[in-house]
Amino acid sequence: MDPLTWTGPLGQFLDPVLYVLSAIFLIAVLIQIVMSVATGGSRVVTNPDGTLSSAGGAYDLSATATRWTGAALLLVVLAYIILGVFGGPGTTGIIGGMSQQLIPVWIALIATFALSITFKRKLGLYGKLFDSTVGMIGFALVMFWVYAGAMAGLLDWITTHDSLSQVSGMKNKVPGTPMRGAEDGEYAWYLLGGDNLARDVFSRLFKGAWIVVQIAPLATLFAFMVGITLGLPAGYYGGRLDTLLSFLANLILAFPVILLFYLLVTPEIVATGIPNYMATVLFVFPLIFVGVLLNSRYYTQPSFRTPLLIIVLGIMGWIYLSLISDGGTKVAVLPEFLDLFDIDPGILVVFVSVVFVNAPTVFRIVRGLALDIKTRDYVAAAQTRGEGPWYIMLWEILPNARGPLIVDFCLRIGYTTILLGTLGFFGLGLQSESPDWGTTINAGRRLLSVYPHAAIAPALSLLTLVLGLNLLADGLREESLKD
Amino acid sequence: MGLFILRRLGVMLLTALCLTFIVFFLTNLYPNLEKLAKTQGNFRMTDEAVASWLDDRGYIDNTFVKYGRWLGVVPGWVTEKEDGTVTGQCFAENAPVAERATFCGVLQGDWGFSLVFKDEVSNIVATRLAATGKLMGFVLLVMVPMSLIVGVLAGMREGSGLDRSLSTFSIATTATPEYVSGVIFIAIFASSAFGLKWFKGSATQAIENATFENFTLPVLTIALYGMGYIARMTRASMTEVMTAQYIRTARLKGVSFGNIVLKHALRNALIAPFTVIMLQIPWLLNGVVIVETLFNYKGFGWLLVQAAGNNDIELLLAVSVVSVVVVLITQLISDIGYVFLNPRIRIS
Repeated sequence: MDPLTWTGPLGQFLDPVLYVLSAIFLIAVLIQIVMSVATGGSRVVTNPDGTLSSAGGAYDLSATATRWTGAALLLVVLAYIILGVFGGPGTTGIIGGMSQQLIPVWIALIATFALSITFKRKLGLYGKLFDSTVGMIGFALVMFWVYAGAMAGLLDWITTHDSLSQVSGMKNKVPGTPMRGAEDGEYAWYLLGGDNLARDVFSRLFKGAWIVVQIAPLATLFAFMVGITLGLPAGYYGGRLDTLLSFLANLILAFPVILLFYLLVTPEIVATGIPNYMATVLFVFPLIFVGVLLNSRYYTQPSFRTPLLIIVLGIMGWIYLSLISDGGTKVAVLPEFLDLFDIDPGILVVFVSVVFVNAPTVFRIVRGLALDIKTRDYVAAAQTRGEGPWYIMLWEILPNARGPLIVDFCLRIGYTTILLGTLGFFGLGLQSESPDWGTTINAGRRLLSVYPHAAIAPALSLLTLVLGLNLLADGLREESLKD
Repeated sequence: MGLFILRRLGVMLLTALCLTFIVFFLTNLYPNLEKLAKTQGNFRMTDEAVASWLDDRGYIDNTFVKYGRWLGVVPGWVTEKEDGTVTGQCFAENAPVAERATFCGVLQGDWGFSLVFKDEVSNIVATRLAATGKLMGFVLLVMVPMSLIVGVLAGMREGSGLDRSLSTFSIATTATPEYVSGVIFIAIFASSAFGLKWFKGSATQAIENATFENFTLPVLTIALYGMGYIARMTRASMTEVMTAQYIRTARLKGVSFGNIVLKHALRNALIAPFTVIMLQIPWLLNGVVIVETLFNYKGFGWLLVQAAGNNDIELLLAVSVVSVVVVLITQLISDIGYVFLNPRIRIS
């Protein structure tokens, strides 16, 4: 087996085209930027019937050039991926090999986009996302990692090797190295090389994606539950409650995040059970939130409300108790046979500290929104109707604050991903063989100046995921402001 | 105004007290103390030996008493051993009775002794802070002008090609945490894999002798992450100003575009970014910790990691006091500065 090059045999023809096109594209963008400053944008003429039309000119010409070279560039990049899907490593090298491994992800992405674009008028804000290019790019990046993570983590599809097994002779090997003595049925290359313990970087990357894709949105959701449940009354009632809660939020926000992580996530602190107690407190907020939400809506129909609350809170309470109680830690309230699942204590600690750090910011945002919205007429109308304060907060104020909150939710998932990476980077919480991106970057940074590939792969992945979330938030903001 | 500042100072003091107490409480939990005793004494100490080691040094007392001692409002511990030697927190062993101080805490200017570095905490923190001050100074010098220029250029004509490319750039920088950009920078500019050995991947020597070669990458790494946010805020504020009535009036009067931007729009557009820049400084502290670890620059962030990793209680407390004070002072400056810059706002 020969080592693979990045673009393989076909790359000999495609690479020069790619280089020339990228050079032209860069020049075109630069010219367009200079033109937009120098000529004052596109020239517009007024037609006799009062309509406006673009009169062309230097700026429009440069804009057209940028668009076409950009499209051509995109086509070449797609060519690598599509040829790779059919030909595998034999045609377009490492890129081909990766794109062949990712076939299920491509199919899922194409299906998602085809369905969403077809029915976009019926899908509300989500459908409107497909009107904005930025939003679509962001959504594609995010969904790529969600699908890839889920398929690698749950179905074991994308990965080529086991993420923990070490293969002799593959230590710190560069991307595309063939495996020594590969047996039949075994993937013959380390597509993205081997790390300092001779494990496959490519497989670890996608296994790690699953950890990130699971924890980040869930932790953000919990932080939102805490922030909303505390922020709405603080903004709506004001007064002492507001002063006290704001003081506490500012207290946590004044803490340097990394110091807090070091204080919460060390094994000694875990031994005292403080993270478990914090989990007990923080995880109760979703219960309170849902309970109050349903009660305030249906309390006028007790025959419907009481069974509903019993069922919903019963199920949630059971999940809550199984979540917090864990044999061997300080909080073990539930007997073993009732305990549905045990969370890895490392992951629980990471989860708790990330929720704890994020919740005060959400609190401040929700409080600000509630302060603004409570002066509106529909709130006054609800008060005149005699609605209770919690009904007004959860069913009048909250739905009207959803736009900024959804946008912030996307941004905050990105920020949570960064925080998770920070924890991994300092080697806190998760075990050192965990494939998550932060831990992998931490492991790879020691040999960075000699073998950078092991750290660069997770670094770029984290970058694309967070970039995708930011672009998605930008697209959502743009579209939600339109109406 | 005076009352406002006074009240803010009061809240600051309260916040600082609460935060240091939380740090104190967490670092003084028994498992942490046990680890401390074993690293300072020896690792094979029995449980009783650990307990007596801690008891001799006043670690077993009530947390509030210990916190009061650290603050300097409760007398320091004094232990008399069976053989008659007297040790105490505030004096050397067997010092004459007349020279024994009763209080020794932060209020007396005594920040304690670092058990890991074997030196006075105040000395260590001062030297490390100076090193980080140098780093931060360069970061601000790079970050602030660049982000303001990017923001103003992007915001002066909303929706233009320039705006779109610069906005994409700033979104990309906010999506790149320091440990990602640092890794990419080192791999591209300092590793043998790409062959471009323009800069150094380590900034250890930059403490004494900062050169272009060893200081560029750390400064750039921190500056880049903070830049995007400030640039986006500047852009938002600039686009808002550019749609204001007085800009339209100026344009109708025939003022050239360059003059409108420089003389009419810029001053009003820079009020909001000022607040953002001040509030960004505490965030830079996080970046400093990551970058100093990554580039092995022995400054304040590196000190934080060392103190926290070794549970060096008094050093950790001093570090947290400094960082909390930085956070609170920047908040105060940003509030006061906002009022001074924007005469439409009054504090009542």
